[in-house]
Amino acid sequence: MADATTADHNEGMAYLDTLPRRVLTVYLPLVVILVVLLFPFYWMALTAIKPDEQLIDMENYNPFWVVAPTFKHIGKLLFETRYPLWLWNTMLVSVAATALSLFASVLAAYAIVRIRYKGSALVGVAIFMAYLVPPSILFIPLATIIQAYGLYDSPMALILVYPTILIPFSTWLLMGYFKTIPYELEECALIDGATRWQILVKIILPLAVPGLISAGIFSFTLCWNEFIYALTFLSSTQNKTVPVAVVSEFVDGDIYRWGSLMAGALVGSLPLVILYSFFVEHYVSAMTGAVKE
Amino acid sequence: MADIALARPAAATPESGSAWARFRSSRGWLGFWFMLPAAAILLLFLAYPLGKGIWLSVTDTRIGRGGSFVGLENYEWLWDDSVFWLSVFNTLLYTVIASIAKFGIGLYLALLLNKRLPCKALIRSIVLIPWVVPTVLSALAFWWIFDSQFSIISWSLRRLGLISTNIDFLGDPTMARICVTFANIWRGVPFIAITLLAGLQTVSPSLYEAASIDGATPWQNFRHITLPLLTPIIAVVMTFSVLFTFTDFQLIWAMTRGGPVNSTHLMATLSYQRGILSGNLGEGAAIATAMVPFLILAIGISWFGLQNRKWQSG
Repeated sequence: MADATTADHNEGMAYLDTLPRRVLTVYLPLVVILVVLLFPFYWMALTAIKPDEQLIDMENYNPFWVVAPTFKHIGKLLFETRYPLWLWNTMLVSVAATALSLFASVLAAYAIVRIRYKGSALVGVAIFMAYLVPPSILFIPLATIIQAYGLYDSPMALILVYPTILIPFSTWLLMGYFKTIPYELEECALIDGATRWQILVKIILPLAVPGLISAGIFSFTLCWNEFIYALTFLSSTQNKTVPVAVVSEFVDGDIYRWGSLMAGALVGSLPLVILYSFFVEHYVSAMTGAVKE
Repeated sequence: MADIALARPAAATPESGSAWARFRSSRGWLGFWFMLPAAAILLLFLAYPLGKGIWLSVTDTRIGRGGSFVGLENYEWLWDDSVFWLSVFNTLLYTVIASIAKFGIGLYLALLLNKRLPCKALIRSIVLIPWVVPTVLSALAFWWIFDSQFSIISWSLRRLGLISTNIDFLGDPTMARICVTFANIWRGVPFIAITLLAGLQTVSPSLYEAASIDGATPWQNFRHITLPLLTPIIAVVMTFSVLFTFTDFQLIWAMTRGGPVNSTHLMATLSYQRGILSGNLGEGAAIATAMVPFLILAIGISWFGLQNRKWQSG
């Protein structure tokens, strides 16, 4: 901790900071933490491409490496199971729920920040409180409600329920973005005879694109991740989402199951990791933006 | 909907005198239509189930059969149920240990990442990966890492000569608790580190300059500048962290399903097992409802406890 926490300061004090000391206090702990954080993925990926005999023979083969990698597990996953269908279900539910949430959140955030109807501040707080209601205490009553509406075992159930997780978060994030847009822009448009709807679509939304992207990809990630609702509301194999299907369809007593299980986990994670790699900054701003408010 | 939203809010129509007409041309009416989609979803699928859950918990509803009011019978039953109390104990233990560890490691990692480093942006993106990957899928990777026969940890320790037989990670109650807590910490640290890092970056460098002129030590810098300024964000982050750790379900379900001998059953997993798998919706709802007071308490402690610190350090 010899160097303080800012870049400016660091440069001023750098002469006090010898390299060995820096290696010990900064690089070494950082490397250890990064290795621990990444190891499960390395292990997942390695297992997914390891031939079966190397998986269970840890004496003749070094388990940390793979010789003659195989795509057998991934091939089996894509061509012999319903994995492509599960991927499609997950994608469909995530995209639809995200779109629905964004639509509802944009309108709600705009109304709270800019229309400022009577009680809008209170509604803002109520929506934040909704963020604090965890799915774990809602899934049982929701299951009975879903059943009563005739939505049981249908992707529609998830498309309608996921927005309860996404809307509170997206609304708060978008409220923050809308607040930064100058009020004068809207006043000019109002004087020129634009309606509220025109103002929202033609002025506010184009200026809030970064916020929309942040809220969108963050929501998409949360949907893809969701487990307890998908586990409770879906029962037939062809309707499942990836997280539920991998847990329930691949887990059997087979000693050779690890290859296909890890292939399932790897392929189910890749779309999100790829999306993430393109939008790192948006993820970070979504994460910190929602917390800062 | 668009048609009505198009109605001009400001243009009050003086000729229509009735209260209804005035309301229709007011901000309230426009606000109502803008709020409708969000409000409908949140009321139907969040507020209503919240109330319905409490109602279910005082009935004997089973799957496929409507129940009748039984008063507090479900709760009385749970009061005498040792498995329920074990799950309460597990949940509290899991939440307290995981939250403290996540906070400590998260803050430490945030401070490390805030230093001058090569490829800082890249390291920051790597740190967040455990948060991006679906929890269940990374939990399966941990399940495999903690396998009783082919665990890579057992193999490494055996090679190093530290142990002679494989460790039964998820078969031994204490070991299983340590493993699921570790997986939870692993999953939660990135979120805390990245949000705290964002907080650290807003601290003005001139404060540290002023402190160094006054001869402050690095510890004093941290204790009297960094920590007080970071407290509001710590309060929010830890509230969320405690909340989601307390209600965790998927990690446990993917790794142990509550076993061995219920030693890793959390209230959420017990609620699922009793409510959905055994079909006793009433009892499951009672367990879920029993989480609410704990949740309010947990939020209260992490929120107001940390806010108080801010006032004290002035």
